[in-house]
Amino acid sequence: MSQPVTKIQLDNGLTVVLKEMHHAPVISWWVFYRVGSRNEIPGGTGLSHWCEHMMFKGTPTFPAGELDRIISRDGGIWNAFTGTDYTAYYETLPADRIDIALRLEADRMVNTLFDPEAVEVERTVIMSEREGAENQPGFRLREAMRGMCFRVHSYRHEVLGDMDDLATISRDALYDHYRRHYRPNNAVAVAVGHFETGALLARIRELYEPIPAGAPTPPVTRTEPEQHGARRFTVERPGTTAFVLIAVPAPTAAAADYFRLDILDSILAGSGGASTNKTSRLYRALVNTQLAATVSTNLSSTIDPYIYTLSATVNEGRTPAEVEAALVAEIDRLLQSPVSEAELEKAKKQAKAYFAYESERITDQAYWVGDSLMVVGDITWFDHYLDRLLDVTADEVLDVAQRYFKPARRNFGWFVPTP
Amino acid sequence: MSQPNALPGPDNITRRVLPNGITVLVRENHTSPSIVINAMLRVGSVFETRAVAGLAQLTASALMRGTATRSFNDIYEPIESIGASLGIYSAGHGTFAHAKSLAEDLPLMLELLADVLRAPSFPEDQLAQLRAQITTELQYRAQDTRQQAALHFYELAYPPEHPYHFSQRGYPDTVPELTRERVQDFHQKYYGPRGMVVAIVGAVRAPAAVAQVEAALGGWENPAQPGLPALPDIPPLAQAVRRNVYIPDKSQADIVLGAAGPSRAAPDWWPAYLANNILGVFGMYGRLGDIVREKQGLAYYSYSTISGGEGRGSWRVIAGVNPKNVERALDSIVGEIARMTAEFVSEAELEDVKSNITGLLPLRLESNEGVAGSLLSIERYQLGLDYLRRYAEIVRAVTREEVLAAARHYLDPQAYAAAVAGPVEAP
Repeated sequence: MSQPVTKIQLDNGLTVVLKEMHHAPVISWWVFYRVGSRNEIPGGTGLSHWCEHMMFKGTPTFPAGELDRIISRDGGIWNAFTGTDYTAYYETLPADRIDIALRLEADRMVNTLFDPEAVEVERTVIMSEREGAENQPGFRLREAMRGMCFRVHSYRHEVLGDMDDLATISRDALYDHYRRHYRPNNAVAVAVGHFETGALLARIRELYEPIPAGAPTPPVTRTEPEQHGARRFTVERPGTTAFVLIAVPAPTAAAADYFRLDILDSILAGSGGASTNKTSRLYRALVNTQLAATVSTNLSSTIDPYIYTLSATVNEGRTPAEVEAALVAEIDRLLQSPVSEAELEKAKKQAKAYFAYESERITDQAYWVGDSLMVVGDITWFDHYLDRLLDVTADEVLDVAQRYFKPARRNFGWFVPTP
Repeated sequence: MSQPNALPGPDNITRRVLPNGITVLVRENHTSPSIVINAMLRVGSVFETRAVAGLAQLTASALMRGTATRSFNDIYEPIESIGASLGIYSAGHGTFAHAKSLAEDLPLMLELLADVLRAPSFPEDQLAQLRAQITTELQYRAQDTRQQAALHFYELAYPPEHPYHFSQRGYPDTVPELTRERVQDFHQKYYGPRGMVVAIVGAVRAPAAVAQVEAALGGWENPAQPGLPALPDIPPLAQAVRRNVYIPDKSQADIVLGAAGPSRAAPDWWPAYLANNILGVFGMYGRLGDIVREKQGLAYYSYSTISGGEGRGSWRVIAGVNPKNVERALDSIVGEIARMTAEFVSEAELEDVKSNITGLLPLRLESNEGVAGSLLSIERYQLGLDYLRRYAEIVRAVTREEVLAAARHYLDPQAYAAAVAGPVEAP
């Protein structure tokens, strides 16, 4: 994290960030677009994810199949993912082959084909992707939880989209979505790895500066009203294993509370919600007692307030009610007394090591730079992340627990297997 | 501009064999303050029978639950307090330990690793907890289409007397039988230093790392430790065998289709590896991705994988499709196997995958984990310390004729094992 970072904005609004790292002869090139399921409304759920799939279906210069072949032949890895808040594309390649990635991303920012036949083939591929997810009880449970926690905000629906929308979205709707959001002024490009900044920047200018800026994208304005009273649901389907999911509101990644909740999360489950952490409060209370086979938590960094979740796999012979009660007891404990200094210190040490590891890989570094800019709009967010965690006090953890884990703001979901 | 780390080779890998049979490999990397330990012991599920399926994995996961001098907390608290990780799991022919920590904590990590390997106490309450977790996992597996298709594929592709026929995780009827006595006995008999490999990569001086391994593990002996058992022959399948596993109310059916493939030591390993790459890996899942996903839109995933290993690991195609498209997808998959075993791949296809495989090497070796994994493989399969430098040459030497011969050796469009799990009735 000590390497110098260059951040500039091109005339067309494209933000470019370059960070040299020389331990391996590799470069990772990412383009992030500020569009995700957050930008979708009913009737068009799944548009962003489907657009991402179409970005692999070719341009006049790089026909479908050729793209794949070119990157793979050069010993690169490439992929893309769509989340709630943004869509990201990346290629990591041997340093001397990076030009193809720069050209490819510049080209498909404006020239992706959206051929009607390819759109139809991809319709069934994405339906199949969703069907695969539906086979997992955890997906059903999380989808129902989002539906319950968000009535107004678009975090309500899954990134994959609703099956009805996947069946009806038109080629033109996809293309409009692409044209509206895939604009240099709605994007951030990041390079990390073995290059010389001046030379790479000149090449980036050459390829990306001619792309015209687009109209600003419409802002997402609907905010979720505050919850008044606990809520619950069950999903009942054939199966063998029960699951419990609890959700409470979470702050945006930009908020000071986010870092306090992150420390609280480390104490509950271990750094990064790691389900492998065996000395955390939740592991002791649920797994050591044989109530649950696994327990984990999730805190996401998001633009708008999202949810923090705790989930557990109910052991054979135990009930969702018992598991829920044990999770609630741990939540209540956080509201009643401050965490110990020893627990706080442990969480901070874990964070230090975690950040040392996270900064080792070139591809991960590029991801974090882009994620910071997409979610918080501030490149220093990730750089200052550790310092902000280290500043958190036990009183602040107590305060954040008391505000976010109020009984009236809790949401409970059970997956109940039926014979 | 500073220069990247050179490829690991004989001049920068330290290799030492300790008197008790442990091979230590160290590669220094001072670009970040962390270290990785990858270790392998020559013990695994190949020592099991069907009656105690799951014993090797349970033993490995119970090692860290207590020792003669340390409780569960005494093991995990120091590790998690310093943000380190240490995990041990077992597979067919080996039991693997993986650790990551800041470099200054290497002695502590080695001390803990040595203690849990040499003096585990297998506390009864911890074993009960692990058995309960595994039982829940097995229950989940019973309704998971992907896992069920895989489980039944192995039963069809390997004869009942072969260890690959069984699940390494165990079965609902075996897990309750994995008593403390059996776990202790398995540990005493099969765990030992002979053939063990310890690879360390990171910000540590090689001589110091070797000395620390020797201090922690140099005194370990188990004179009765056996070598890995010989595996039964796998007769070729005489015809296509198909099994449908009915799991109601699922949105998707999963398919696993294939046969036993080559071992890592087989003379046609590399031709088979390249054939597999062309069949279902290169780009977006190779030829299978092209026909099943890109042209017909039948599946989100449709790819192939080849396992290798000490024995004849599987070579299999995996696809997830809408239940109504199962037969169409199977026809396409078998069609691609037919093409793979009937015709030469094109020069261009072969060139593409060679270029891909050799080009990926620097990326694989970017991290300490990647280098440690490669060092372990070099020792495990006796590839030689210059292996990574010869790698491109080995891959480049494979011909189209060899690729076709390897495909024909292991795959047959008339004789394969196929398992389908989901809302599908018997065929």
